[in-house]
Amino acid sequence: MGLVLMIVIWLITLVSTYFFLAKTWWLPVPASAAAAGIDHHFAVSFVLMGTVFVAAQLALGVLVWKYREGGSASKVAYSHGNATLEVVWTVLTAVLFVGMNLMSSSIWASERFRAAEANAVHVEVTGMQFAWYFRYPGPDGKFGVTKPELEDASAGGEAALGLDPKDPASKDDVVSGIMVVPVNREVEVILRSHDVIHSFFVPAMRFKQDAVPGLAIHMHFTPIETGDFEIACAELCGLGHYKMHGIVRVVSQDEFDKWLAAREAEKQ
Amino acid sequence: MATHEFAAHASHAHEAPQGFIRKYIFSLDHKIIGLQYYFLALTAVFVGMFLSLLMRIHLIWPTAALPFLGEIKPETYLSLLTMHGTIMVFFVLTTAPQGGFGNYFLPIQIGAPDMAFPVLNMLSFWTTFLGFIVLLAAFFVTGGAPLHGWTGYAPLSALQSAGPGEGLGADLWITSIAIFCIGALMGALNFITTTLDMRAKGMTMMRMPLTVWAWFITAILGLLAFGVLLSAGILLLMDRNLGTSFFVPLVTVNGQLTGHKGGSPLLWQHLFWFFGHPEVYIAILPAMGLCSQLLSVFSRKPIFGYKAMVYAMLAIGFLGFMVWGHHMFMSGMSPYTAFAFSIMTMGIGVPSAIKTFNWLGTIWRGRIRFTSPMLFAIGFVSLFVTGGISGPFLAQPVLDIYLHETYFVIAHFHLIMGVASIFGIFAATYYWFPKMFGRMMNEPLAKLHFWITFVGAYAIFMPMHYYGMGAGLRRYSQSTEVAYIHNLLPLQKFITYAAFVTLAGQLIFLVNLFWSMAKGQKAVDNPWEATTLEWTTATPPPHDNFGGQTPVVHNGPYEYNVPGAPRDYVMQSDPAVTAAH
Repeated sequence: MGLVLMIVIWLITLVSTYFFLAKTWWLPVPASAAAAGIDHHFAVSFVLMGTVFVAAQLALGVLVWKYREGGSASKVAYSHGNATLEVVWTVLTAVLFVGMNLMSSSIWASERFRAAEANAVHVEVTGMQFAWYFRYPGPDGKFGVTKPELEDASAGGEAALGLDPKDPASKDDVVSGIMVVPVNREVEVILRSHDVIHSFFVPAMRFKQDAVPGLAIHMHFTPIETGDFEIACAELCGLGHYKMHGIVRVVSQDEFDKWLAAREAEKQ
Repeated sequence: MATHEFAAHASHAHEAPQGFIRKYIFSLDHKIIGLQYYFLALTAVFVGMFLSLLMRIHLIWPTAALPFLGEIKPETYLSLLTMHGTIMVFFVLTTAPQGGFGNYFLPIQIGAPDMAFPVLNMLSFWTTFLGFIVLLAAFFVTGGAPLHGWTGYAPLSALQSAGPGEGLGADLWITSIAIFCIGALMGALNFITTTLDMRAKGMTMMRMPLTVWAWFITAILGLLAFGVLLSAGILLLMDRNLGTSFFVPLVTVNGQLTGHKGGSPLLWQHLFWFFGHPEVYIAILPAMGLCSQLLSVFSRKPIFGYKAMVYAMLAIGFLGFMVWGHHMFMSGMSPYTAFAFSIMTMGIGVPSAIKTFNWLGTIWRGRIRFTSPMLFAIGFVSLFVTGGISGPFLAQPVLDIYLHETYFVIAHFHLIMGVASIFGIFAATYYWFPKMFGRMMNEPLAKLHFWITFVGAYAIFMPMHYYGMGAGLRRYSQSTEVAYIHNLLPLQKFITYAAFVTLAGQLIFLVNLFWSMAKGQKAVDNPWEATTLEWTTATPPPHDNFGGQTPVVHNGPYEYNVPGAPRDYVMQSDPAVTAAH
């Protein structure tokens, strides 16, 4: 029984570890400036915790086999433990865990403790059951006023956001169903929700933030690859949660300027 | 804490009841109440498993028409996951280890004739039972069960118009949880008083079995946590029905103003997780205490580092109240607070690691008897390590950016809070069944059950880590809409097949349980040659537990293979041994 148990525990451990090492299912190709640091810390954490995982499971397997009844180790040690060992492994795990924490904290701080750069592109992202809307402030750099009583979700676009046409700042606002942003320039996202909590998740950008009704949450990321990247809602928001998705389209600065100008022209 | 003379609490004793109803239904006997809790949890776990099976079927065959139920719609899927989570967390993981085994064995293990407050004990069970009935009723009302998940995040859970099931179903859901909280509070009070006040002569705190320590600490956590959830639930009911706005700001649903303004959705999350994180330890601590004990009993060796185990459980309980914010790194809470919550959470890994080392230390240089409870205890250690090791990933905000709400989280908490705790429940069942029913369970069937469940649990939950690494999101009723998630479908198929086999394996347990009650081999008083007080009394124990005797304790709880002792175990009530060091 001890031998079978050891083999089963070892097999489970090695097969599980194999799929992590082979990266059969893994993070998508990174597409933002922050992704490299995050991915590196993933790798560090996997090496450290993976070592602990494999060592602990293999040790468990060996112990149940070696100290089975009727095995070679026949005499039981009468011992209530060892205070020195307790201190040693307490200190070791404390150093390991606090060390990992400190390593990752600097990445977190560099992402979330500072405001976006001055030249960042501003995009207001609004979630509602079950769609994302993206608003650009236009040449004046100001978002027009929105009013809840003006919202008309079925009309889509500006009406869905409740944009007040009487506000001068709203005249040049552009509302889009996909998020178009220039490459290699920081994007400041202003996250809002009309109804329940949604979460704006772009796996390729290693970016996620809840959109909370009543709050306007400012976050930023810098795309470094062009292409289309999927957005998925990552907070349960109702029966259509699974289909609340969208696209971040990263293009060159030129293409972005042309796209925005064309949308401005459509409005006139 | 001084120990009390047994006679000092003779007033707690009550006469053995006559008649079926007083004896088995509205019983004051902690043993009967323990069994009532156990069978409530057993019913609940099979309901919960059935719901998970429906979810697994829907995930890979979304349009399949099921007998009686028809096609599962996206909103039905969300109702299933809400009810699965709620049933499993409250009515299984909180009910069986603490209400069930704790009720039955805590008084016996400390040498008491009953709980401190027998009437309160009966009330706490029937309150819990009522909570379960109210919860199940949510399935049968217009709109069905709520779809807001077991975490019930507002405003989704606060607005009737937010989706199907958010009408009467959601009210019943909250009411059920509030009722459950009241029952749990009464139970916690009883456990704490009993442990502090009812111990037999010689049963000092540091001679208590680790199971008793675990139930005691769990009760303290329950007393502090369930009150908060109860309050939060009442506030949510008021938001829903009385027009208050604790959790709801100015929102529009489908372009319609709801009339609320000024509330904070984050307030609900803070209150919920202030309960929700300690709840994880409420579920797992009794299993930790029990498996520590079983590793010692079946390795025929004292616990490695008894005091360290006690301090580690106290540390886990204490730190457990300071880490709730790690569920909220992406919630819009200030990013600065993430620092504090993250370091506290990593800190809780330290006592968890101490326990793991001590479990390995306990079997090291022992002589292991591979009984079915021991197999489940060893399985518990393996699953605890696997489920625990993913914790430090989620505890680091920078990695949580990617992993939050993915299946990586599902894998993590199912392994450590779900499966590891369930292994504790199985181990407890196989270990204490002889004492509770006077018969042994069938050992070959029990071992078969272990192998299927152990390998099956890994086959179900290990692939969920990979699904999460691929950013596969939880609470998605279908994977067809998002292209990258659709690519992960083969993993979901594998998981569903594994779930079929593993859940079928649980029928072996059910058959063994009921067959052994009627036909199992008669058990002797101490079949495992264990040392704690429940093995000194008759099988099953008499109404007052010790048949008019008052046990006196002379030894620690885990004296195995003491040099010079006549046999390889010294019971707690045996004359004092001197080899202790």
